[in-house]
Amino acid sequence: MTTQPGEQLVYQRPEAMSEVYTHYCPGCTHGIAHRLVAEVIDELGIREKTVGVAPVGCSVFAYNYFECDFVVAAHGRAPAMATGLKRVLPDRVVFTYQGDGDLASIGLAEIMHAALRGENITVIFINNAIYGMTGGQMAPTTLPGMKTTSSPNGRDVESSGFPIRMSELLAQMDGATYVARRSLHNPTEVRKAKKAIKQAFENQIHGFGFSMVELLSSCPTNWDVTPAEALKFIETQMLPVYPLGDYKSIKS
Amino acid sequence: MTKYLIKGNEAIAEAAIRAGLEAYFGYPITPQTEVLEHMAKRMPELGRAFVQAESEVAAINMVYGAACAGKRVMTSSSSPGISLMQEGLSYIAATEVPCVIVDVMRGGPGLGNIAPSQADYFQMVKMAGHGDFRPIVLAPATVQEAIDLTTLAFDLADKYRTIATLLLDGNLGQMMEPAELPPMQPVRTTPPDWAVGGAVGRKKRTLTSIHLQPEEEEAFNRKLQDKLATIVQNEVRHKEYMLEGAELFVVGFGTSGRVAQTAVKLARQQGIPVGLLRPISLFPFPEERLSALADEARGFLVIEMNAGQMLDDVKIAVGGQCPVEFYGRMGGMVPLPDEVLAAIAKLDQATARVRQPLAARP
Ligand SMILES: Cc1ncc(C[n+]2csc(CCOP(=O)(O)OP(=O)(O)O)c2C)c(N)n1
Ligand code: SF4
Repeated sequence: MTTQPGEQLVYQRPEAMSEVYTHYCPGCTHGIAHRLVAEVIDELGIREKTVGVAPVGCSVFAYNYFECDFVVAAHGRAPAMATGLKRVLPDRVVFTYQGDGDLASIGLAEIMHAALRGENITVIFINNAIYGMTGGQMAPTTLPGMKTTSSPNGRDVESSGFPIRMSELLAQMDGATYVARRSLHNPTEVRKAKKAIKQAFENQIHGFGFSMVELLSSCPTNWDVTPAEALKFIETQMLPVYPLGDYKSIKS
Repeated sequence: MTKYLIKGNEAIAEAAIRAGLEAYFGYPITPQTEVLEHMAKRMPELGRAFVQAESEVAAINMVYGAACAGKRVMTSSSSPGISLMQEGLSYIAATEVPCVIVDVMRGGPGLGNIAPSQADYFQMVKMAGHGDFRPIVLAPATVQEAIDLTTLAFDLADKYRTIATLLLDGNLGQMMEPAELPPMQPVRTTPPDWAVGGAVGRKKRTLTSIHLQPEEEEAFNRKLQDKLATIVQNEVRHKEYMLEGAELFVVGFGTSGRVAQTAVKLARQQGIPVGLLRPISLFPFPEERLSALADEARGFLVIEMNAGQMLDDVKIAVGGQCPVEFYGRMGGMVPLPDEVLAAIAKLDQATARVRQPLAARP
């Protein structure tokens, strides 16, 4: 964009972001997460050497929104696919973008072992406590008592188990060097989320090993609330179960 | 050229390396583990990628990733492991990226055993995963052929942007034979023009298997089927043995084809006019040749180490023109030449008056 004399450009579409409308629902924070990743790619100047791995889930079409090479993995297998890519393209930046059904349920083995191997990739993990794409079923991250289409009376921990805390879990893996949980529910947290995403990508560029940023994200559609209520839900309901913070940060 | 006394599995692994393999991902399973072990030693030595994956599911998806980067990549497994890989195979086929898969079949179903079997013909040839696709399937019968077909598999995979598989049984994987290895080919330095790897000075590229609009998915399926038709046209391979004057035809692939060859020789010594056709490519199948032989045949005998799988394809080729009999062993048992010879003699007697050669018909 060109600026006129006296004007100052303060906000524009990142270069790494495609000029298209997204398919995300109004008020969904997938879009914010995308934008943050694109801004970081711009700031690090790595658009031309980045390969993204999209998951199966609402963000299956992430490749439409980034101006870098992309592949689309099978459900949950993005870390394995990223491993294959990174091992043959060690000087490229490889990141996966995965939902919680994808990463924490069907793909649990792949993410754990990628972390254990210290696979030098970056993982952006969207925790919205639900299966968005398939219409709001219970996810491994669904809160106790939370109603979903497959836990109509609320998640009963007796029969359906407890929510999984991926950041805490992956921080235990010796191969993981940067693991952080952030939230997208207000501008302050969004700014903090961006910093974490940047650190995760830098982590890879420096060759430190596995990095993941977990982002608490909204799904107004399947939570059946307004976008504003959805942000409130993250703050009041999700934060107590999923505390924010750096779970691991090793710089070497 | 130097001949090595080398095991089938190791021969395949070394042949793959010499074909310019850049990445191997696998998971241990008998009777193919020597492939993985050979790779574990050799690939890092050469500065190439090797990962022992956490499962066959992960291994095939690592293959998928490296294949998207346009690198020569392969994995190997055995029956139960291939079942786990079928998800990935379907995605790879749908994305049209090349890779090589080695399946050293063992006794099944279930955990079965680790003895040689051909019970996964259907799995690899007919239904390597969900959706309408077929990998190229090559079936060696000797260690030398396994080496040669490994090289070919990489070339065909690249040429057609498809999955090329080597389908053999544990017998061949474990057997040592003298064989020649090809010279070392350099690894490819420029990636193919469809590969991902960074949008430097070009538009971004996406490799995916999703086509949400049925019209688009159908168009893609048509394109895939056209490609398969080209493969059927160009890539049929088989070997013939003692077909001169033959009225009876034995058909067997891999180890059963090899056992059948001995039986055919013995039968000829007894004056039975029998020959052997050994399919080397199972997809594409040598249907035309079999169909042509059926025009003048008294009968066919299919030998397999399963309950009769390739049998279906032979029957389709023969098209009801003459009887097609079957002799098979299962569960890890290998047929012996005597058993096959007895089956040939039985077919000879049963068809003695059933059908005369074309020339002798009124
Ligand atoms: C093997 C397989 N099983 C199931 C599905 C169906 N499926 C598609 S998306 C999805 C869940 C996605 O949820 P999540 O990962 O939380 O992402 P979100 O849509 O919430 O962003 C499922 C189960 C599939 N595509 N493949
Ligand atoms: S279903 Fe939920 S996660 Fe998916 S786009 Fe809509 S709001 Fe976002």
